[in-house]
Amino acid sequence: MTSGRSLGFYLLLAPVLLWLLLLVIIPHIDLALVSLRERVGVGQYAFSFANFLTFLNEPLYLVTFARTAVMSILATFITLIVGFPVAYFIAKMARGKLQPILFVLCLVPFWVSELVRTFGWMILLRETGIISSLLQWLGLVNGPVELLYNDAAIMIGLVYTSMLFMVVPLVTTLSTLDDSLIEAGYDLGGSSASVFREIIVPHAMPGIVSGCIVVFMLSLGNYLTPIMLGGKDSLWFTELIYSQFIVRFNWELGAAFGFMLLFLSTAIVWVALKLTGQSLEKTMG
Amino acid sequence: MATPDLSCIDLTRRFGDALAVDNVSFEVPAGSFFSILGPSGCGKTTIMRMIAGFLEPTSGDILIKGRSVLDVPPNKRPVNMVFQHLALFPMMNIADNIGYGLRRKGLGKAEIEKKVEEALERIGLPGIGKRQVNELSGGQKQRVAIARCMVLEPDVLLLDEPLGALDLKLREQMKIELKSLQHAFDTTFVYITHDQSEALVMSDTIAVMNAGRFEQMAGPEELYHRPETAFVAGFVGDANIFKGEVVRSSGHDVELRTEHGTHIKGVSLLRDIPEGRSAEAYVRPEAIHLSRTADDVAELDNALSGKVEQMLFNGAASRIRIKAEESSETIEVGLPQSGRFDGIRPGQTVNFGWSDKQGNIFETGGKE
Repeated sequence: MTSGRSLGFYLLLAPVLLWLLLLVIIPHIDLALVSLRERVGVGQYAFSFANFLTFLNEPLYLVTFARTAVMSILATFITLIVGFPVAYFIAKMARGKLQPILFVLCLVPFWVSELVRTFGWMILLRETGIISSLLQWLGLVNGPVELLYNDAAIMIGLVYTSMLFMVVPLVTTLSTLDDSLIEAGYDLGGSSASVFREIIVPHAMPGIVSGCIVVFMLSLGNYLTPIMLGGKDSLWFTELIYSQFIVRFNWELGAAFGFMLLFLSTAIVWVALKLTGQSLEKTMG
Repeated sequence: MATPDLSCIDLTRRFGDALAVDNVSFEVPAGSFFSILGPSGCGKTTIMRMIAGFLEPTSGDILIKGRSVLDVPPNKRPVNMVFQHLALFPMMNIADNIGYGLRRKGLGKAEIEKKVEEALERIGLPGIGKRQVNELSGGQKQRVAIARCMVLEPDVLLLDEPLGALDLKLREQMKIELKSLQHAFDTTFVYITHDQSEALVMSDTIAVMNAGRFEQMAGPEELYHRPETAFVAGFVGDANIFKGEVVRSSGHDVELRTEHGTHIKGVSLLRDIPEGRSAEAYVRPEAIHLSRTADDVAELDNALSGKVEQMLFNGAASRIRIKAEESSETIEVGLPQSGRFDGIRPGQTVNFGWSDKQGNIFETGGKE
């Protein structure tokens, strides 16, 4: 009986373990090895930290690295600000049929690929696009305006792409908030601001943190949106990785970049968890 | 006369077409314990939510200490509410829970700390301020929820079935404790419940509510002994209900012949019921005398004998079901656990009876 149960347990566990081993652990070990070697001759490699030193000594890499981090944090923050009222409305104010309808509406953009979604923004924002034409038609501007290829366009794209991943965990935690807690907050003399600050936000904290982690990682690792909406001047760190691997065929440096990105996201998530006093188990459980 | 702490005047609330509260008026004098007792869906929670300010009345007025509070939002009303599931804030410790309202009032830190400690002492739980909500037992949470309201010194404390979630033993204990807390804080309590025992034990005045209206408003004893309507007689306490036809009526005294042919003498205190009308007699099982001999009950207005059909042992509330000899009517009779009736078993013949004052008779279909 016991052995049968444990066999079943391992069978169920096997896919996860295989997935972890084949797709996460082995590639990363290999990448780590690649990043820690230097080409000394044709087909000859030696152990070295040269790739990481290249990264640290080249300002463009460092600036892009920092820029990607800051922009991702900002995108996460904006997504939270925009997503919270949406989630609150879906979880607490919408009644009956409206709730699932609104939820599906949040999901609708994800029925098309990210590429198509981003093209949608390009149609809106480009020089000959809808917004530019509308502004001209209204007489607010004289000539066509280019709204694409700047940081604001990247930000819009990132927030739009990540919205669902913020709204879902927020709706989940907010819907477990008992209405009577909110009413009790008012009943005991609380204003809307204090009820929000002392009752709603602390309750939603696990959802806020898990939503932020997901959105932050998605933004940091995003490739399409910054490339398509940001144009040539708006560098994103994933672009550097891509160009090292594919354009320059410098797998060693690309692997080192990949690891820097991994360290960066781990460090920022860790700091964020410490700052908010949350633990990974609490937010993901 | 002093201004009542709370008065509701012609309070009405509709939800769409449904009339949840229908023209209810009442006054609660300062320092008293007022209960609204009724089955679920009778509108009692609607009344409470209107007093607290979470719902607006369709018409009518609510006065607290003589002043209308209709325009006052819930966070400014001098009433506080103990919620059905208490609604203690799980994200705060006990001291912060109790101090929440004081912080909202903008009191200083030291003063809040002092008041919270005082409140904890008053509810008999000193020094638990640093604990988390989920570390407390059901009864302790209950007391903290009350303390959280009482530190704000409200004019009226509303309690929405706060004992519903507790187990039976604790509920019995909390009934007594709530009553003494009310005395200690000397505040007006408005208590909502569907449990008649909670209402009877604690209240000074009980309003029995049914389908949006108050059926009767009276003290616990009067409600129990002299119910004014059939609903009150059936809802407060248990009763044997005899349906039948009025065969004799003079003043309060009414005699009923049941469908089974038993003649029952009773009283109709409020209305005269003309002969020939159909009516119901309500007789409480515990108001019926039980005896082994016919002589003991011979002088009672209603004296019957019958065969014990079934024993319903339930400790202090034990009963037996008796099938009356002449009419085969089934009657539940309280079985005192004093030892006198220990030998009674199904199949035995017993005598029983009650005085006419114990039988309240109401006309059926005649009212309204």
